[in-house]
Amino acid sequence: MIPAAFAYYRPTDMAGVISLLQEHGDDARVMAGGHSLIPMMKLRMADVPHLIDLQAVGGLSGIAIGSGGIRIGAMVTQSEIIADDALSTAAPILREAALQIADPQVRNMGTVGGNVANGDPGNDMPGLMQCLDATFSLIGPDGVRDVPARDFYEAAYMTARGDEEVLTAVTIPLPAGGYAYEKQKRKIGDYATAAAAVQIVKDGDICTAASIAMTNLSDTPIFSEAAGAALIGTSVDDAALQAATDAMQGDIDPSEDNRGPVAFKKHVAGVILRRAIARAWSRA
Amino acid sequence: MSRKMHITMTVNGKEEEFLAEPRELLIYTLRERLNITGPHIGCETSHCGACTVTIGGKSVKACTMFVAQADGADITTIEGIGGPDDLHPLQTAFKEHHGLQCGYCTPGMITRATKLLEENPNPTEEEIRFGMAGNLCRCTGYQNIVKSIQAAAAEMAAAKEAAE
Repeated sequence: MIPAAFAYYRPTDMAGVISLLQEHGDDARVMAGGHSLIPMMKLRMADVPHLIDLQAVGGLSGIAIGSGGIRIGAMVTQSEIIADDALSTAAPILREAALQIADPQVRNMGTVGGNVANGDPGNDMPGLMQCLDATFSLIGPDGVRDVPARDFYEAAYMTARGDEEVLTAVTIPLPAGGYAYEKQKRKIGDYATAAAAVQIVKDGDICTAASIAMTNLSDTPIFSEAAGAALIGTSVDDAALQAATDAMQGDIDPSEDNRGPVAFKKHVAGVILRRAIARAWSRA
Repeated sequence: MSRKMHITMTVNGKEEEFLAEPRELLIYTLRERLNITGPHIGCETSHCGACTVTIGGKSVKACTMFVAQADGADITTIEGIGGPDDLHPLQTAFKEHHGLQCGYCTPGMITRATKLLEENPNPTEEEIRFGMAGNLCRCTGYQNIVKSIQAAAAEMAAAKEAAE
C-alpha cells in the first residue's frame, strides 16, 4: 500500500503551520498521530499533497486540571489519557473510553485532537466530548476561537473547523456524578457498532442531571438531549430507561454497513444505552 | 513526484542516513532499504502488529508511520532485542513454552512484550492479553504466548533480584 506522493513539513511553531495552511489551502492537511489519516492515504481515499506534521509544534501537549475544568492538548495520546491518574480521578469516563479505543500500539500514536478533529463518525472521542459538553479551541489566521463540541460536527468528516484552522485543545467542565462509556465492537481495534457515553447525577434516589451521547449511529456523533431529559426527575427505573432509550432512537440515524443492518444497529444502540445508564447510575 | 528528503535515524544503536520520499512507510524503510527484516508485514493496515517496533520508548506499528515522521527517531527492532547467541529472556521463553508455531507474528509479539514488561513487570494473564491486544497470532490460540510472557516475567524478576 503506497500512498500518493506528498510534500512533508514539520514546522516548529503554530505560525509556521498556519502560513502553510494559508499557502496551500485544502491541498494541505495537518497530522497529529496519523492513525486516522495515514490509513486513508494508504488506501488513496485521502489525497494530501501537502502534509503538515504537528509533532514538533510546541504547546499542544499536556493535561491541566483546574477548578474551572480540564484542558487536554490536541497532541495528548490515548495512552497518555489512560496513564494520567489525576485525570482518571477528575474525569474517569475519559480513561474508560480510551481503554476501548484501538490497541496499545495505536493508542501510543492516536491523539485526542486527531480523534475529535477528523470528524469520522466511528471515532469515540467526539460523542464523549459532546456528553461532557467540551469546547474545542481552534487557531487560524484570524486568531483563536472556541466551538462547543455539540456544535462542531456537520456531517461525516465535515466540521466547523475551517481549512486554515488547527484544533489545539479540548476543554471539559469538571464532570459530576456517575459515568459510563459502553461500546459494542466486533473485535479489538474495531470502531463501535454502537457506543454510549453517559454522565448522570443522583440526589437521594432521584436523577437531577443526565447527559447522553451516542457514537457511530449517524454521520455525526449524536448528543441526545431528549434521552437525558427522559431520566431527569425519575429514579431511573425500567420505565425511565425505556423512555430514554426510545428518545435516543428518535435521534439516531444509523445506516447499513458491514457491522449490520439498520434494525440490528438500533437494537444494539438500545442495549448499549441501557447498560451505560445502569452502570453510570450505579456509580452516581 | 515529491522531492526526496534527507533522513537520519538510529536503528538498533546504529546511525542511518539516506534519501527517501516522505511517503515511504517505515516498515519498508526497515525491511527493504536497511535490510532489517525482523519486523514483518502482515496486514499492513494497523491491525496485526507483525510490524511492531519501538520508537522513542513506545511500541508502534511501523506500517502506519511515514519515514518522514521517523526522521531523527531512535528505533529498536527485534534485531536490537536479542540474537541467536544472546537470546532475550522473552525469546528463550517463547522457544521453551511453544509461544509460536509458524513464527510470523513472533518478532512483533516479542518486541511488543518487551515494552509490556517494562510498563508492568509482573502482569496478570488479563493484563497480558490486554497489553498484547495489538498483536494477532493465527496459530497458537494465544495461550502459549501468555505462558511465555509470564515465564519471561518470572525469569526477568528473578534475574533482577539476583543482581541486587
